[in-house]
Amino acid sequence: MTEDDLDRNRRHFLTVATVTTGVIGAGLVAIPFISSLKPSARAQALGAPVEVPIGSMQPGEMVRVLWRGKLVFVLRRTEDMLAKLPEGLDKLRDPDSTEFPDHQPDYAANDTRSVKPEYLVVEGSCTHLGCAPLEDFEVRPAEGWGGGFFCPCHGSKFDLAGRVYSGVPAPSNLRVPPHRFVRDDLILIGQDTGAA
Amino acid sequence: MSRIEAEVGKPQGGFIKWIDDRFPMTSTLKYHVTEYYASKNFNWWYVFGVLAMVVLVIQLVTGIFLTMNYKPSAAEAFASVEYIMRDVEWGWLIRYMHSTGASFFFIVVYLHMFRAMLYGSYKKPRELIWLIGMLIFLVLMAEAFAGYLLPWGQMSYWGAQVIISLFGAIPVVGDALVEIIRGDYSISDITLNRFFALHVIVLPLALIGLIFVHIVALHEVGSNNPDGIEIKKNKGPDGVPLDGVPFHPHHTSKDLVGIIVFLMIFSSVVFFAPDMGGYFLEHANFEPANPTATPEHIAPVWYFTPYYAILRAVPDKFWGFVLFALAVILPIFLPWLDRARVRSIRYRGWMYKTALSVFVITFFALLWLGLAPAEGLYVILARIFSVLYFAFFLLMPYYTSIDKTKPVPDRVVYHG
Amino acid sequence: MVNLKRIASVLALGACFVASQGYAAGGATHFEPAELEPGNVSSLQRGARNFMNYCAGCHSAQYVRYNTIGKDLDLSEEQLIDNLMFNAEKTFETIQASMPAEDSKRWYGKTPPDLSLMARAKGADYVYNFLKGFYVSEDSPTGVNNVVLQGTSMPHVLWELQGYQTANFEDHENEDGSVTTTFKGFEPLSAGSMDAEDYDEFVRDTVNFLAYIAEPVRSDRRKLGVWVLMFLIFFFILATQLKKAIWKDVT
Repeated sequence: MTEDDLDRNRRHFLTVATVTTGVIGAGLVAIPFISSLKPSARAQALGAPVEVPIGSMQPGEMVRVLWRGKLVFVLRRTEDMLAKLPEGLDKLRDPDSTEFPDHQPDYAANDTRSVKPEYLVVEGSCTHLGCAPLEDFEVRPAEGWGGGFFCPCHGSKFDLAGRVYSGVPAPSNLRVPPHRFVRDDLILIGQDTGAA
Repeated sequence: MSRIEAEVGKPQGGFIKWIDDRFPMTSTLKYHVTEYYASKNFNWWYVFGVLAMVVLVIQLVTGIFLTMNYKPSAAEAFASVEYIMRDVEWGWLIRYMHSTGASFFFIVVYLHMFRAMLYGSYKKPRELIWLIGMLIFLVLMAEAFAGYLLPWGQMSYWGAQVIISLFGAIPVVGDALVEIIRGDYSISDITLNRFFALHVIVLPLALIGLIFVHIVALHEVGSNNPDGIEIKKNKGPDGVPLDGVPFHPHHTSKDLVGIIVFLMIFSSVVFFAPDMGGYFLEHANFEPANPTATPEHIAPVWYFTPYYAILRAVPDKFWGFVLFALAVILPIFLPWLDRARVRSIRYRGWMYKTALSVFVITFFALLWLGLAPAEGLYVILARIFSVLYFAFFLLMPYYTSIDKTKPVPDRVVYHG
Repeated sequence: MVNLKRIASVLALGACFVASQGYAAGGATHFEPAELEPGNVSSLQRGARNFMNYCAGCHSAQYVRYNTIGKDLDLSEEQLIDNLMFNAEKTFETIQASMPAEDSKRWYGKTPPDLSLMARAKGADYVYNFLKGFYVSEDSPTGVNNVVLQGTSMPHVLWELQGYQTANFEDHENEDGSVTTTFKGFEPLSAGSMDAEDYDEFVRDTVNFLAYIAEPVRSDRRKLGVWVLMFLIFFFILATQLKKAIWKDVT
């Protein structure tokens, strides 16, 4: 190899090394900028777990709460409602909640999609495009409606366990947020560490 | 041939050619980068133009991210800055980069301007580059001033109060002008809101536009060099200036070294001394704006203090304002004040060398005096240095025309 | 290279010039240096305890979250709740004064200022000397005045620890007939539960904590800065070699 070749090789190597270092540096600089877009400490504080007292809830009653600015339904289901859950499973798209395992914590991946069968805790956000579904607990067998949630935006339907019907725009069951029973009369939404 | 094939849709020469048929990409790159020839004897004074671009990019990027979390209202501004400093992940880094960048913008631009004075870069045919550059400098001052109000601390508030009141010194229209600037009878939420608009939209757009024109004008006539010799006068048979080297890769590789050194100094401040002893971030600005109590010691940020010292040296509101304004805009006329037949300080006589040295001392002295309290000896010194400041410019036509210059060589001096 | 060094040294000189001015704007008072140890976690922990026990009754630190303190001062959630969070329920809350602002305004004539940034706005030495600077003065409604901040509306909250002291002043007549009063030192009047040395240590810890909450990222940014500079040095070496290689043929 001539001296010229050596020079060229050295220059090539240095160019590649410098550019690579520069690109790595730029990438590292990008980290803080992108991280700054994440929910801030204040957003995390405001999005802290929410306590929902359920001691005075009557069977069939539902309360709406906000957790991280998201609507959450807490429904105390009646015996009747619970009894009807196993009916008409063939009309549901994903009756066993297996299609999207991350849509509910493991402790709610059961027939009632809840920790305690009586209490349903689901996010009030239609899995289609995020509208808030309306509750409609009236049973109308003529329409094939066993009670549940109905989304006014695009007509998606969910049963009393938040399970989506087949043939509607929503692709999956309503999400169950992480939650736990602190006491028999108090649910903590947003946190499930400790006892499920 | 290729044109016909292009018309029937056959790619000839690939994607680059496809673009070039529709947009002058390759020719623009050649003209401004790979075949833009600048003198090989550039020294490190020539790095500050590129560094100003680097700081601009830092300010734009960090500014965008700050805007995402900042609240331009008197009730929330101060708290939102602390929110950025504490609650937003990495917000402190972005904010310190922006506040440090503001000071470094001026350091770099002042050195860039000084380079032009060293080597006569403003002289024919580069007068327009200098004029646009001075416009950039004025817009930059406005940008920095508007930005300084935004944290809504004590210094933000009272600094703005003092500087805006300056315009009240203008006869007849002064008071009305001050109200139009503030949009209120005192500095208020309304003022803050409009300064925000100026700081994040109007002035940055103006800056970017002016910088674009600055560079287009520069590349039209070509860069000056430390010898002040036109390299275009000595071209080889291929039309390339004999003393020129292409901007890329030669000057880019050199500028990269300069940029890294700059980033080292910049990072040292950001990470180890973001307050810079109270000069980059003033202590009193960590107290929220309080219209009922002026801080004991009030001075503008350091980059404005040379002019502020001149203002205070004059014991009259109107004339203080006039001299202040004059001090800022006088450099605009440098291309016509300077009568020397040579550009570079290397071939100038002792008079200009002395004048420029005294000017540098004057500038630093005024900078320091503007930070000092306006009392006793400081006032006298400020007056002496104010006279020297103006003398540098106003006597320039005289001393540059009688100064004995040295003969300028045909080719640039370069020790490889 | 020589030129490069020159530029760097010019910049560095400028930086030193600016930095040396420091808190020069603070006024004529000469402060005893606080001599803080920002890296001393146990001092910061004691300072946090002092702050919550003696300051947070009246003063808020509204930008400071308890969990940030816990993370930076190696305190567990239990320790936070048991030792520091007297009027807060959740660790992500910010430090609020126990006393409502309207009450304190009515009692002291002025709402006690928020302390999140006090050490940064006034300087740690100022706060240190302020906390040591209370002296008995009959003219004041609180019974005390302060050499650092004359006419302060803050009572001597720490009197049980420090005890009371008087201050000696000396009047000096200037040439133009005006009188300058200079502070000449304290004289103890009654003993507190701490001796002078312990009290200094108590105040130092507290101010250390105040300096920490004024800029919680301080130690993080210094650590990161070292890595950034090391990266840049490596980058500098490469870029310098590349520049030399590219400019080799230029004569």
